[in-house]
Amino acid sequence: MSISRRKFLGWMGAAGATATVGKSAKAASNKHFTGYPEGLGVLHDITACVGCRECEAACNKVNELPEPDKPFKDTSVLDQKRSATTKAYTVVNKYDAPSKAKAPVFRKMQCNHCLEPACASVCFVAAFSKQPAGPVVYDPTVCVGCRYCMIACPFEIPTYEYDDPFTPEVKKCTMCAPRIANGQLPGCVEACPKEALIFGKRDNLLKIAKEKIRKHPDRYIDHVYGEHEMGGTSWLYISGVPFNEVGMREDLGVTPAPSLTSGALHVVPMIVGLWPVFLAGMYGMTKRREKIAVEEKKKAVSHALEKANSEAEEKLALALEKANQDKEKALKQAQQEKEKAVKEALASTAETKPAKEDS
Amino acid sequence: MSEQLISENKTLFTPFNVIAGIIVIIGLVITFLRFTKGLGTVTNLSDTSPWGIWIGFDLMCGVALAAGGYTVSSACYVFGMKKYHAAVRPAILTAFLGYATVLVSLVYDVGRPVRLAMAYPFVVQQGTTSLLFEVGLCVMIYLSVLFLEFTPIPLEWLGLKKIRNIMIKLTMVLTIFGVVLSTLHQSSLGALFLIAPSKLHPLWYSPYIAVYFFVSSIIAGLSMVIFEGTLSHKAFHGKMDKTYLEEHDPLVLQFGKAASLVLAGYFSIKIIGIAADNNWHLLVTPYGLWFLVELLGFVALPCFLYAIGARDKNLKLIRFTAGWTVFGIVLNRLNVSLIAFNWQKPLSERYIPSLMEIGLSVFMVTALIIAFKFIATNMPVFHEHPDYKETH
Amino acid sequence: MEHTFYTLQEFMLHTESVTYIILAIILLGVLGFWLFLTEYDD
Ligand code: SF4
Ligand code: SF4
Ligand code: SF4
Repeated sequence: MSISRRKFLGWMGAAGATATVGKSAKAASNKHFTGYPEGLGVLHDITACVGCRECEAACNKVNELPEPDKPFKDTSVLDQKRSATTKAYTVVNKYDAPSKAKAPVFRKMQCNHCLEPACASVCFVAAFSKQPAGPVVYDPTVCVGCRYCMIACPFEIPTYEYDDPFTPEVKKCTMCAPRIANGQLPGCVEACPKEALIFGKRDNLLKIAKEKIRKHPDRYIDHVYGEHEMGGTSWLYISGVPFNEVGMREDLGVTPAPSLTSGALHVVPMIVGLWPVFLAGMYGMTKRREKIAVEEKKKAVSHALEKANSEAEEKLALALEKANQDKEKALKQAQQEKEKAVKEALASTAETKPAKEDS
Repeated sequence: MSEQLISENKTLFTPFNVIAGIIVIIGLVITFLRFTKGLGTVTNLSDTSPWGIWIGFDLMCGVALAAGGYTVSSACYVFGMKKYHAAVRPAILTAFLGYATVLVSLVYDVGRPVRLAMAYPFVVQQGTTSLLFEVGLCVMIYLSVLFLEFTPIPLEWLGLKKIRNIMIKLTMVLTIFGVVLSTLHQSSLGALFLIAPSKLHPLWYSPYIAVYFFVSSIIAGLSMVIFEGTLSHKAFHGKMDKTYLEEHDPLVLQFGKAASLVLAGYFSIKIIGIAADNNWHLLVTPYGLWFLVELLGFVALPCFLYAIGARDKNLKLIRFTAGWTVFGIVLNRLNVSLIAFNWQKPLSERYIPSLMEIGLSVFMVTALIIAFKFIATNMPVFHEHPDYKETH
Repeated sequence: MEHTFYTLQEFMLHTESVTYIILAIILLGVLGFWLFLTEYDD
């Protein structure tokens, strides 16, 4: 197969695109988000993949990745389940799918370039972004290395350079964004000898995929993986066996990643807005209660004081009265004694007078 | 003179100091390896398990257990439980040191610590759709708030009266800010996992996970105050003044009662969570049984024990339950972030912490205890400074 | 003219950024408002 034919097939999706420009029924609005209308993607026809690892080799070359331990010609590595690493952005795995016992099935895996990327949603420096052309690209100059993107990605794609002590980076397939910007095909698509990878506008790839399924119902499962998974991905897959038999999760749901966290995010401003009101209110009530308590205490104290005072006054009055009485008594007594004394004195003088007259 | 030296040497080699010294040396070695050879040498992290115990234990548990700070200060200053005001200082101190430790742990954990220290997410480019952005922002501001709440302690120690009095005046505002920020980041720590429904076991993954984290942080805060008070009692009895000692027992009783109440609420909403996702059938799977162990053994049981302790005024039981509950909270955080995460993977692909990771976590806890010990011994934490009595 | 967002992520990045700025203003405003409200209290 000549390079030019491969190239032509690779661009098939894009060629079909020109015809449909302007006929899109999707009205862009800020209520319902349908992705960038001109977004590109890749359709992986799993039934066509033969596991030659040409795509792996091409990816290694265009991204200038280090030489692998075993050469790409060596297909014995297919016996192990592999996932992408910091040194290989894409890998092909071999599956013995039960529903197709005769021959093994091969599937290529790499970043799916989600329409609503979980990795972009969770990155707190916004290192990931979805480009209008389709690729989800990573900016190593801002990444802090928290690895939340790896927690978030439902396809377990981002990898981390744990062994680099000073400038570790997240590594993943770039969809060959620089090449696409240059009008070139992604390395892996260009290298695929079997039309298992088709590059083009995502909208058209979807049409091609569905057309293939319609034409060959015996060959394909009636599902385009990536049309709706996690809100849709730019890479699409069609397969002859159920997707979970080739290691693709079917339980991811269709909720776009940002919707998973939007609820929690929207509670934040409500808490900031209302919590201080509530707390200040509680504080005010507490303060007021304290004030009332203090006032009541004061009242009680003054009441007690009053009571004590009046009691004391009474006592005082009583005491005074008693003192007065005592005084009067004493005065009377004194008076009586005085009178008595005077009388006695008078009597005694009367007695002594005659005695004087005698002498 | 020489005799004095000898006796000083003797006191230096207490069992605590020897063990702490060994741990610190090991910690420094791990630190050296981490920052010269990289995360790969020190940790068992992988591309499918990018978060290990430095996140699951140091961050998740650290933040939850430091919730005592906002719980007690709001109880005392906002909700008018003024009589427990002696417990505020130790709680604030624990929280401040806890958060500081969390931050230091993060410096070890992230790949580019310098960028974290330079606050890239807030200064260079803001990923506002990320819950981690919110957690980071809140933790950063809250650490400053805690620092301000904590400053009267060293200021009194240093005798800087003027600044100290200004800080005391700010108490109310700082407390309210602290509660707002804590509500946000405590809950958002749980919400971090909302993005990964396909990786976290459905019994732990819940649309209510943020609420669970917030409510359980209150439980953690109350229990930690009791638990930490019990430990401090043993270690710092001589440093405690009459107010602290007098207020302590009624505080234990009251907080035990409160914790029992919150645990009851937590238990109810956990059950509702199972119903909301229709996860009943999962309860009979192995993970379901583990979930039940957590729910019955570490939520329902302590709720009941606290209640008995509060009814019978059994301080010993309450103290024991506090420790039990703290352990339960740690278990919950580890379940969410590590044990029930990646639950579908075979054991061979699961994360098991390396010895060095565990070593560093132990080092962090030890460093925290040493700092607490130093401050509690030297500064007015458990007692009022003689110059500032009657000023609260 | 209203900017058209094609992805939810892009839309939320915008709205959340605006929200955070408003939140900062709210927090400062609360402080000022509280002082204003309680100025003549004892
Ligand atoms: S597959 Fe993963 S890494 Fe790729 S765009 Fe989607 S979430 Fe991001
Ligand atoms: S590791 Fe880097 S790219 Fe990934 S979420 Fe953290 S800061 Fe963003
Ligand atoms: S698109 Fe580019 S980076 Fe991605 S797998 Fe293909 S060659 Fe590699």
